[in-house]
This record gives sequence, C-alpha cells and structure tokens, in this order.
Amino acid sequence: MFDQQATQDLLDELAKSLDQWLTKKSLAGFEIIGIRSGGVWVAQALMERLNINQALGELDISFYRDDFNRKGLNDSISPTSLPFNTESKHLILVDDVLMSGRSVRAAMNELFDFGRPASITLVTLIDLGRRELPIAPQITGAMVTLADNERVKLIGPDNLEVSLYS
Amino acid sequence: MSQSTQLTDTGQLKHFLSIDGLSKALLTEILDTAESFIEVGERKIRKVPLLRGKTVVNLFFEASTRTRSTFELAAKRLSADVLNLNISTSATSKGESLSDTLLNLEAMASDMFIVRHSQSGAPHFIAESVTPGVGIINAGDGWHAHPTQAMLDMLTIRQNKGTFDGLRVAIIGDIMHSRVARSQIQALNTLGASEVRIIAPSTLLPPEVESLGVNVYHQLHSGLNDIDVVIMLRLQRERMQGALLPSEQEYFQQYGLTQEALANAKPDAIVMHPGPINRGVEIESAVADGTQSVILDQVTNGIAVRMAVMSMAMSGQTQERNALTQGA
Repeated sequence: MFDQQATQDLLDELAKSLDQWLTKKSLAGFEIIGIRSGGVWVAQALMERLNINQALGELDISFYRDDFNRKGLNDSISPTSLPFNTESKHLILVDDVLMSGRSVRAAMNELFDFGRPASITLVTLIDLGRRELPIAPQITGAMVTLADNERVKLIGPDNLEVSLYS
Repeated sequence: MSQSTQLTDTGQLKHFLSIDGLSKALLTEILDTAESFIEVGERKIRKVPLLRGKTVVNLFFEASTRTRSTFELAAKRLSADVLNLNISTSATSKGESLSDTLLNLEAMASDMFIVRHSQSGAPHFIAESVTPGVGIINAGDGWHAHPTQAMLDMLTIRQNKGTFDGLRVAIIGDIMHSRVARSQIQALNTLGASEVRIIAPSTLLPPEVESLGVNVYHQLHSGLNDIDVVIMLRLQRERMQGALLPSEQEYFQQYGLTQEALANAKPDAIVMHPGPINRGVEIESAVADGTQSVILDQVTNGIAVRMAVMSMAMSGQTQERNALTQGA
C-alpha cells in the first residue's frame, strides 16, 4: 500500500504536523508513548525526525483489551514501560493504524492507572475511518479507505512499510 | 497425567495441575506473562481489568496462609471477585460430600477454583469432574505437586541468573514429603538447567529418586560445590514423629544451611526457601536474612506468577468454549 519510501514520506509529513501541533499548543513539557508494536516504531521515527531526546514510553494493552472473553490473551505479552511520571503531564499517544478505536480506549484506560494526565493527544500514521467508538486522532498521516475484507498493518521495526492484506 | 486434562486442543493452558508434561515453551510463556504482571505490581494502581466479572474461589482443604493470600491478591489484582472457603472448618465438617460442595459452588457461577488438598490428585479429580468452562489451579496436593510454587521459584531464578542454561541447582531437605521439590525438579529439567542435585539423608528420599533426573548427595558441604542456586525445603516437623530423623539439632548440624556451609557454593549463589522457614532448623538466620537470600522476592513473584497462570487458564477456557460454540 505504502512501500518503504512512501512510508518514510508519510512519516515526514506526520512529523511536520506533530511539530506544528506542539508549537501551536506550546505544551510545557510532554511525554511520548507508543502502543506496541507499531505505535512504538512510529513514535521512534517521529522522535528521530523532530530531534526529541527523551525516554519513550511503551504501552502493552493486552490486559486492557475488551475482547478477552472472545479471544483470550494475546500471543505475546511484554511489560508496559513508562520510564517517567504521567501525573498531570501532557501525553502524546502514538499508534500505527486507527480503525475501530478499541485499542486507543484500552490504552487510555491503562494510562489512567498510572495517574491523571493533563491531556492526551492521539497521533496515528493511518486512519481507516471505521470507528466503532467516539475516538478521533488530532494528528494523522493519511486517511485510507479499504474494502470490507481488507486490513493494513505496519511491518517493522526495520524498513517500515505499510502493507495491505485481506 | 494425561495432558488433555490441562491443555486445550491447541496446546493452551486451561487448568494448571502439574508441571509434569508441560513444554519448555509453555513454561517460558508463563514466566514471560508473569514479568508483565510484575510491572503491574509496581504501578500506582496495581490492578488490571482482565478478569472483571469473573468469580474465583479459593478452595482450601488444607491450611495455608501465604499461598492462599497470594492467590487472593492475584485474583483481586486481575479484578476478579474472590471467595475464600476454608473447607476444613466448613460444610464438609457438616457431612457434605466434595461433589455436593462443588455443585453448590458451580451454582454460584464460579469461573475458577484454586484447590489445595492433602490428597495427591484431588485437583486433577476436580478438573475432570467440574463443569466445562471452569478452570482449576492446583495450589498444592498431598506429596504430588505445587506447580505455582515451582514457577515462582523459576521466575526468581531467571531474574537473578538470566537463564537456566549451565545452572547447577541444589534442593536440600525433605524431598520425600515435598510436593514443592517434585514440581521444582520437573520445571528445572524442562527449562534446561545443567544439573539438579538433591541433598538429603536417605530416610528423606523417595524410592527410585534418581528416576526424577537428579544427582543425589548425602553430604551438604560436598553437595554445594559449584552450585548457583540453593533451594532449602522446610523440615516438616510433623514428619519427625515417624522416626525419620534423630533430632532437629542433629539435622541442623548436618543439613542446616549456615554461612559456613554456603561458602562451598559459588560466591554469587542465591538462596531460596518456599517458606515458612524454621530458623535454626534448616536455615541459619544469618543466611535467611543475608545478601544472598531472595526469599522475600519469591513471595512478591508468587503474586505475579499466580496472576499469569490464572489469566492463561481463563484464556484457555475461553478459547475452548468458543471453539465448541463455533463447532456446534
């Protein structure tokens, strides 16, 4: 869908939009948190482009998903790592693909168990616009419309590429 | 034991009854999942919504403080509702049969039973007779198995040593009556430890002990040579009556872990004990409270490991139920 070069271009655009957002909001300090795995890769690419040198938070939402009673546990689980205090902080939450909004809901529920943030800004590389919950990104790389049986995912961590499958 | 009892058709855990027959991959998955729950235990809010709306029953037919309370905390940190039943002082003493007790608990829409029983095989029996969809976790049965204790020990070893490759582990004390030792030996051999030694007087060894995959030593000092991990077992005082040992003092002289004895192990060896410890019987206070002791880490890890097996078994039950619904 987006080959390696197109994905790099998309990340450039996303970084630019994030930079403008940060300038406009003039946030007094913020923390960046990626949702594993794709969101973490996107967050790393953004920080590299914007020269942001701070610890990145990594969120594993396995214990907060709303489909445990349908699917059980995720196959691979690793510990969430937030190497900073989130209480009263502005948080930039990054994910690769936004579809139903359920992962973002799970991520927000998890974040609130670490404290009460001042704000959460949602950044997604791709927005599929198939929302099942009232959740919207403030910053997105591209709106993509797919056929009903189609999905996209970010392949990484090296040579990031947005790939289409069905 | 038939693995179909504890595993789903796709090899996921649905009950946790014994280490026996479980693969290295599955044991590693338990340890990895537990690592994530350790992180949860360090948060401001030490609780995740995974088992919200589920009911977990602590079904203890035998007294326990540490195991029961860590299972209770584990279930609560998974947001489950917990019912503690001390059966030895409950309905069975009024004449109710085990089957009737279980039927009543199932009627309360329980999703998981944590079972401790003095009879070997009791949790296995319950797992085979319980309604489909209810998970059983063995919290210690007779002399047979105590798999969550073994896994929290494995987690403690992995945290301190990084890997099981090349490790030499000594288990010291009353092996014969120890369900903990049996489960530890199976777990260590499955996870690939180089050597499992047991150090004990011959009166406290089970028959054909070598068939468990261990090397047997009768002398503490020589047995500790080159050892990375020292696991002490509690000397169960009630066993003293069977004349298996001359006296507690004599036992301590020969098998008690003192700093002097520990000096025979590797300098960075860790010391573990499943608790409760008998100071001055199997372990000297200076060792139990010393820098090489990780005994209290074991207790902390116990909560995370129990969260891991409870959520994995509940996950297996869910997947099996869904497979049945889809197949129907």
